[in-house]
Amino acid sequence: MSPASHATADRRSTLLWLTLLAATALTWAIGEGHASGPAIAALLLAVAMAKGTVVILDFMALARAPLLWRIVLLGWLALVCALIGLAYWKGMP
Amino acid sequence: MHAAKHTLSPSLPAEPRLAGDLAIWIFILAELLAFGLFFAAYAFARAHDPALFAAQQEALNRNAGAINTALLLTASYFVVRAVHAAEAGRGRHGARWLLAALGCAGGFVVIKLAEYAAAFDAGISLSSSTFHMFYLSLTFFHFMHVLLGMVILGALWLNARRGRYGPRDMNGIESGAAYWHMVDLVWLVLFPLVYVIR
Repeated sequence: MSPASHATADRRSTLLWLTLLAATALTWAIGEGHASGPAIAALLLAVAMAKGTVVILDFMALARAPLLWRIVLLGWLALVCALIGLAYWKGMP
Repeated sequence: MHAAKHTLSPSLPAEPRLAGDLAIWIFILAELLAFGLFFAAYAFARAHDPALFAAQQEALNRNAGAINTALLLTASYFVVRAVHAAEAGRGRHGARWLLAALGCAGGFVVIKLAEYAAAFDAGISLSSSTFHMFYLSLTFFHFMHVLLGMVILGALWLNARRGRYGPRDMNGIESGAAYWHMVDLVWLVLFPLVYVIR
């Protein structure tokens, strides 16, 4: 990589980091607001999936890895969030 | 042919490549499987008694949970910067980013220990309720991974200071970085699951 592309990669990581912090603040605010219900649970899981996707593709550099590895890691995240969603739905009155 | 292609288009994307050692990635998969099962067990146990889980979850310190999320994310970002520095041939410079990441991980540990101390003071134990059993065991299982992650970050820091990492010597730092990001990734699910979703 050239010095210019290193600077670009650094800037991109910084922006993603700030976005991840903002998403964390959103999750915290939802908790403090005592919001509940299936729509809120779905939103929280969607935020977790979005954050996890950034970490997997960008921080773990799986965007540059063979497709199979990307599928396995993103598949893990999707499956875990789907199971949590399913369990939430089962627990509803 | 290959060399000529490179000269003509230096910005051509590289061949797909896993960042780090295959062994660490197999280890990461095993860890993710274990955490995934643990998360599902929590979620389905909660489905049996959502009222109890909601009431006891309410007593958790969400501020501590959120600050710890920010600390892990920031440590991950610092690790990314250290990897970038090594790629750019400034591995020694990257050592400072690794030290900063260690500092964030240390902050996580201090906050988590304070959280545990407060919980034990409040009479919370593994046997006080199903929720508490999961809260303590799940977060402690993750806590152990943070500690191992810190040992790895410490080793990377020592090596980076000695100038061991560079564009042609990325395997060690990429493997350690991947492990740390896994510790972060798992917490990104754990925090909403245990502290927020009700």
